[in-house]
Amino acid sequence: MSLSAFLGLLLICAGLLFFLAGSVGLLRFPDVYSRLHALTKADNLGLGLITAGLMVQAESGAHALRLLLIWILVLASGAFSSNLLARTARRRGIPPWSRG
Amino acid sequence: MTADIFDFLLVMALVGFGGYLLLARDLFRSIVLYIVFGLFVSLAWVRLGAPDVALAEAAIGAGVTGALLLRASALQRKMGNEEETHGVFLGAALAGGALLFTVSLTSILLSFPPLTDGLAGSVLARLPESGVTNPVTAVLLNFRGYDTLLEIGVLLLALLGVWSLGPAGHLPTEAPGPVLGAYIRLISPLLVLSAGYLLWLGAHAPGGAFQAAALLAGGGVLALLGATVMLPIYGGFSLRLLICGGLILFVAVAAGVMVPGGTLLEYPPEGAKGLILLIEGGLTLSIAAILIVLFAGGRPGGDL
Repeated sequence: MSLSAFLGLLLICAGLLFFLAGSVGLLRFPDVYSRLHALTKADNLGLGLITAGLMVQAESGAHALRLLLIWILVLASGAFSSNLLARTARRRGIPPWSRG
Repeated sequence: MTADIFDFLLVMALVGFGGYLLLARDLFRSIVLYIVFGLFVSLAWVRLGAPDVALAEAAIGAGVTGALLLRASALQRKMGNEEETHGVFLGAALAGGALLFTVSLTSILLSFPPLTDGLAGSVLARLPESGVTNPVTAVLLNFRGYDTLLEIGVLLLALLGVWSLGPAGHLPTEAPGPVLGAYIRLISPLLVLSAGYLLWLGAHAPGGAFQAAALLAGGGVLALLGATVMLPIYGGFSLRLLICGGLILFVAVAAGVMVPGGTLLEYPPEGAKGLILLIEGGLTLSIAAILIVLFAGGRPGGDL
């Protein structure tokens, strides 16, 4: 196994861990706001690590750059859409969860 | 081996999501599951080696159709229509009918002689005459251009159907909040750029008019929701021309090549690339306009 393939595998596995944590958070967290928090962590860091893992194995610089661009776009979409979701939830008067 | 496991999980997920979305209690949940289902179908197309179909399924099947369904459900709720619940009887009858249909269709398909390579050989042999190097685009826009021509006609008819139902549903008229506004400003130029890229790519790689149009339509829907574009204001002649333009251009080219003595849709090989690009450019704009207006859910401007 070449160094880039090994590094890529390592990064992708690290990314998958974030997705796993995000999915557990989505299922287990008590309200919409904390679930959004869990989900965006998975999207941002998990996808970032997976993209990095694919980038080190990319055939050319142009391919790697395109992957980076995709990550940035997903990052922006995730940030904006989770903000819109949280705003809508707050407008509808869904109270944030608090202990006790 | 790993690929087999992945495919098995994919098929199981498809069947699971399919069943879940049919049995889901409320409409909203069904629609969200339908979008997820579409994304998995597109993954299945990738596994089957058909990236063109995968792209179309993700952009149109999951993306645009999902947005249209969500819009329809929101409009329905706004009109105060109750969701109709059907009895167990009707459900069972429909399920039985669908099962019967599936079984008979499968038995018919199994009775066919095993496929050789179909028409792939003939397409590849004549590819140099088509003007493009992507066999899918060659079939869609040249060898079977007739089908694509009729498809646009069908899309226009669908729009006529929606327009005949009534005026467009409620759309926001106030300026969007700072976040949505910033997002629209960031994403709109990128969507236009990627749509142009996909359109150009269609000549030699997976891409083309429908996929490009779906991207443009996504931007258009965002603009409608953010009240950046006021559909009623543009509901006049120019919008209608944009909607019909693709079909008009397609028919004009299809008939125009008959002038030097050819038959309908028979492009001269030397000018084929330019003609295909011209048609696809027109189609992209028209399909995008049709999809955006479909999202509005009725006639813009209120009257015909």
